[in-house]
Amino acid sequence: MAHSTTNYNLDQKFEFTAALKKSIMTVLVIGAVILAIGIVMAMFGGGHDHAEGGDHAYHWYQRLFANLWINNVYFTGIAVIGVFFFAIQYAAQAGWSAGILRVMLSFGYWLPFAAGLMIVSFFIVNHDLFHWTHSDLFDPNDSHYDKIIDGKGSYFYWPMEKGTFPLFFVIRLVVFFGFWVFFFNKLKNLSFEEDIHGGTSYWGQIRKWSAIFLIFFAVSSSISAWDWVMSIDTHWFSTMFGWYVFASWFVAGLSAITLVVVFLRERGYLEMVNENHIHDLGKFVFAFSIFWTYIWFSQFLLIYYANIPEESVYFVERLESDVYSPFIFVNLVLNFFLPFLVLMTRDAKRHAIFLKVVCSLIILGHWFDFFLMVQPGTLGQNGGFGLMELGMFLVYGSAVALVVLGGLAKKPLIAKNHPMLEESYHHHI
Amino acid sequence: MERDKNFILGVYDDEDVLMDAVTQIRKTGVKIHEVYSPFPVHGLDEVLGYRRSRLPIAAFIFGLIGTTLALTMQFYMMKFDWPMIIGGKDHASLPAFIPVTFELTVLLAAFGMVGVFMVASNLKPWGQARIFDLRITDDKHVMAIDLANNASIGEEKLADVLKLTGATEVNKKSFE
Repeated sequence: MAHSTTNYNLDQKFEFTAALKKSIMTVLVIGAVILAIGIVMAMFGGGHDHAEGGDHAYHWYQRLFANLWINNVYFTGIAVIGVFFFAIQYAAQAGWSAGILRVMLSFGYWLPFAAGLMIVSFFIVNHDLFHWTHSDLFDPNDSHYDKIIDGKGSYFYWPMEKGTFPLFFVIRLVVFFGFWVFFFNKLKNLSFEEDIHGGTSYWGQIRKWSAIFLIFFAVSSSISAWDWVMSIDTHWFSTMFGWYVFASWFVAGLSAITLVVVFLRERGYLEMVNENHIHDLGKFVFAFSIFWTYIWFSQFLLIYYANIPEESVYFVERLESDVYSPFIFVNLVLNFFLPFLVLMTRDAKRHAIFLKVVCSLIILGHWFDFFLMVQPGTLGQNGGFGLMELGMFLVYGSAVALVVLGGLAKKPLIAKNHPMLEESYHHHI
Repeated sequence: MERDKNFILGVYDDEDVLMDAVTQIRKTGVKIHEVYSPFPVHGLDEVLGYRRSRLPIAAFIFGLIGTTLALTMQFYMMKFDWPMIIGGKDHASLPAFIPVTFELTVLLAAFGMVGVFMVASNLKPWGQARIFDLRITDDKHVMAIDLANNASIGEEKLADVLKLTGATEVNKKSFE
């Protein structure tokens, strides 16, 4: 039981080797090629599904935009969850996780990129994804006037006139990312300063900033879910949507953190992180997979049971569509049945091989969750999972991996002056 | 179980001393019957060489019984015994059955686990608890060694070993 603590190398740094960079770049290039093939096929092969009599004909690039948006939202979530989980450790005064704090934090390196991509792509995808951006919806004299959307208009356009520039929406977009990046930098700098100066005062400061961030994140994660995802189905609403998106992000983020920890350990880093810590991460993935299912099902059951047309249309679009209905079951199998049954036993949570398989599939599974949130409302029957989706997912995934691992390699892997590091060595469950 | 009647008891004041004592005594080949302590001593089960509890398996089986029972019951009632149309749904509408299924799964898993635990640790109502020393509920740790199980070592040597490892008292206790 008694571990010798003197052997741990507390100054270890993750070396982002050229070989590793090359293999991630290869995945990125493969993804880009698949994406390009998908685009070419869509340009020349697609288009035969022109809407009958609809006033918005379907264009192939809408599918590209929808994909862009799915990945923007999904990987933003994974990045911000890294910072969120880091903050949770401090707010909860957790000792067990002291060895893996930097791994969580490193996901925040994607946030500035995510911010840029999201803000730029909002102005590109604009009318093609977000129905509410059409100005004729707000003009009572226009034949397209929509009373319901007009009622929600101020939420997007305030203080501007409805149908002009969605100032309030853009402000939220910028402010949320601004604060997320600010908190990430604040926590990161404090954590690295602690390495130099030591003492317990940094821990207290990080805890204070973590608490403020958590309050901000509680509000901003919900609102960003309404803004970026729920507003696609502009008429529809669900009071559980903020939690639903957060739960999806959280499980995906936890899986990504677990994967990186396992990956680092296999390469000989983080020798103070043993199967007890891995076990706890596994428990988190297991528990929050169930939490996600609980939220997903609660949202579904209430809508299904009440059967109010304006609410149930969301599930009618998905369950009664040949394109999307199989993915509902893919979603439930990958995100509930698989982690529930595989990670149920203690041994599965303590052995990296089970976690690697389950976490990878969960990351894929929650991508499908976001796919199901975005595509039906934007592409209708023209959507689906094809080369474009696969390619874009690979491109984004490997770009995130490059940025996150690159960030991780910049600074020491261990918060060596963390006051609870010693406690985490002795973590035993 | 009938032969477990005569025990030699080592009384320890400190849990760290106790942990070392357990390790050392087990090394000499003595089979320890059980160690009683007033509070959970972290890692004691490990040095005693206990296998992990199989209670989770019982929980899983009882949970499965709960799931099956709940689904069968609801399908039988709603589809065959007394079909009702509620909210325009099918008689057999799985999503509506899930909350009850969840609750019965949890209920049976929990009750089953409690029941199995009570039977397995002799806490059943008709069971007779063997109290080795009343002070195990206060401030003493007591290590019980079954004399019949360690007949080859002999009572005197066992008492010596217990004293040597830091036992403050060595007592004998017999049960009928």
